[in-house]
Amino acid sequence: MSADHYMKPTPIDKPFLTPGVTVLLLLALNGLVFLAIRLFSGIGAVTNLNNQYPWGVWIGIDVASGVALAAGGFVTAALGHVMNREEYHAVVRPALLTAMLGYTFVALGVMIDIGRWYYIWHPLVFWNGSSALFEVGICVTIYVNVLYIEFLPVVTERFIGRVNLPGLLSGLKGLVDRLLRALERGLSKTMFIFIIAGVVLSTLHQSSLGTLMVIAGPKMHPLWQTPVLPLLFLLSAISVGFPMVIFESMLAARSFGLKLEMHILSKLGTMTAPLLGIYLAFKIGDMFIRKTFVYLTVLNTASVMFILELLIGVVIPLRIFLSREAVKSPPLLFVAAALTVLGVAMNRVNTFLVAYTPPYSFGSYFPSIGEISVTVGFICILVLIYRALVIIFPVISLPDRSLSPRARYTIRG
Amino acid sequence: MNSSSGDKEKGLTRRAFIKNTVGIAAGLTSLPALAQAKPENILSPDRMGVLVDTTVCIGCRNCEWGCKTSHGLPTPPLETYEDASVFEKMRRPDDKALTVVNSYPNPKDPKAPYTVKVQCMHCDHPACVSACIVGALSKEESGSVIWDTGKCIGCRYCIVACPFQIPAFEYYQALQPEIRKCDFCSGRRKDGKLPACVESCPAEALTYGPREELVRIARNRVKRYPQRYVNYVYGEYEVGGTSWLYLAGRDFADLQFPKLGKNPAPGVSESIQHGIFAYFVPPVALYGLLGLLMWVSKNNSDEGGPK
Repeated sequence: MSADHYMKPTPIDKPFLTPGVTVLLLLALNGLVFLAIRLFSGIGAVTNLNNQYPWGVWIGIDVASGVALAAGGFVTAALGHVMNREEYHAVVRPALLTAMLGYTFVALGVMIDIGRWYYIWHPLVFWNGSSALFEVGICVTIYVNVLYIEFLPVVTERFIGRVNLPGLLSGLKGLVDRLLRALERGLSKTMFIFIIAGVVLSTLHQSSLGTLMVIAGPKMHPLWQTPVLPLLFLLSAISVGFPMVIFESMLAARSFGLKLEMHILSKLGTMTAPLLGIYLAFKIGDMFIRKTFVYLTVLNTASVMFILELLIGVVIPLRIFLSREAVKSPPLLFVAAALTVLGVAMNRVNTFLVAYTPPYSFGSYFPSIGEISVTVGFICILVLIYRALVIIFPVISLPDRSLSPRARYTIRG
Repeated sequence: MNSSSGDKEKGLTRRAFIKNTVGIAAGLTSLPALAQAKPENILSPDRMGVLVDTTVCIGCRNCEWGCKTSHGLPTPPLETYEDASVFEKMRRPDDKALTVVNSYPNPKDPKAPYTVKVQCMHCDHPACVSACIVGALSKEESGSVIWDTGKCIGCRYCIVACPFQIPAFEYYQALQPEIRKCDFCSGRRKDGKLPACVESCPAEALTYGPREELVRIARNRVKRYPQRYVNYVYGEYEVGGTSWLYLAGRDFADLQFPKLGKNPAPGVSESIQHGIFAYFVPPVALYGLLGLLMWVSKNNSDEGGPK
């Protein structure tokens, strides 16, 4: 029996504020300043968007890449819960939290990008079944709620038997505790509904996100414009799921000074190889079927970005994940995971921004300081909330000393 | 975990599982009726159109003036429109000008450049209507593709989708920014008036009429004056046909018309979309499949114990 049977999700006992956190707070604040300008003076006041380039990094990074990189949630849920592989349960909660926060920020990203942010609820009322964006919108809305429900057991676990209400409310302690226990019982009986729904909703909107740009037709560079875009988006989202879990687990372990759970992470890395391989096969197959490789013979932004996206984001990490030795080496595994994450983000940015060439343009699009600030600020806020939540709630699995006196892992510092 | 309570838990879970799965499947299959709610796209055989004869256009830009006045947009006095310097740069319609005229050299007669009026083409199968997340855009029976401020959320997907790069957005409005584009004078036409641009054209470069008739007129003109026109009616087949049609004296590509196929712009995207959601069968099937997989793997690990 391996040691992970004694792993138990535990709130991390660390202070919230560190020098690094202060930097993140400042960047977050900077983003919020530009966000305020956007809210008071319109999108044009902070962005480089115009009638030629209606979508920029807020859509390419915050929304498209955000959705793809939050795929860790549904991929690990499928592995841990649907296929019931208990040895991976230790990574399900961190992945779930990443997905929950990721999608929350996707929703916020959409909200600030749309001109009438206060009408964000309109798609729930006014339907257009032929719109890929409508499909993405509805699925993401439902899924973000499913993710909150999936996270609820973590909340009940944290507070059951530990309800502490101040002053006059302390009389309600027993009642709140009983409610939490009832909620926990109800959730444990119905959770599988939400878990499966989460996987289905994810496959749907991950692929529809690819359908989104199909309608742009000849405005999209042929290297990326293909009727199989939805399939490519789904395959790349699935293949970035585990790398994202590896990437953030390793970052969190480093930030909190925890020992790496390499026995799980290496296996996730090895499982990524075939997924990434399938994606690469489809990507190259599509290129040969549509004979778009001719565009690679010209040296321009599109051809360079396409090669970089495949080489850095798929080929190199695939080579590392394929090696039994390399996945056991933390630095190499981290590099491979980080490159896959970068590669998928590049693919989304390429598809939504680089490939998009309007028929009439008076220049090209590059994000403004304001756009970059808001995007960076949002990412920082996401990281800060993640840090706060793993300190408050039992998310990250640590060796349970009460169960296993001989646990191999200890917390440093 | 306590083994006896664990077993009880699992027993309940399994029973609830089947019950709930069936319930969800039933619920989902009743959705298609709602999901087919779609914006209108009535292709009336009597739908109207405009034939723009760019060889007749004199570049007076009275159409721009007429459009602005009738749409309540800030309008400079008519005299200022005589200034030909605006033709030095190519212009595009935007939130303050729903139609603009551009000038291109005429190789046959350098003194009479070709001037081309640009506005929404009012596609028969508009990409913007298909793309709009809330169905704020729709094609009217009269031919107009119109925008509904009551629904629009300002996502600008219509701009991404439009093959003619027409819809414009008010980027500097913090509240209620609008998508602005030519509405083919939907309101004026309902009152029995001509489109403002057609009415203000002194050269009769714009012919308003039923689209089918305009196609006939256009073909006749090309046949009668083959040296005057290139043998092509732009808009007859582009992206499945448009309400606005163009005749030209030189190749349309030289006049910066986009080269587009004959298939409706939303075609591929809609077939993918409808394939994935064919009566919700694929999602429900996937749900069932995953449920089955979960049930089987749970049973395996319960009975066979951990591997």
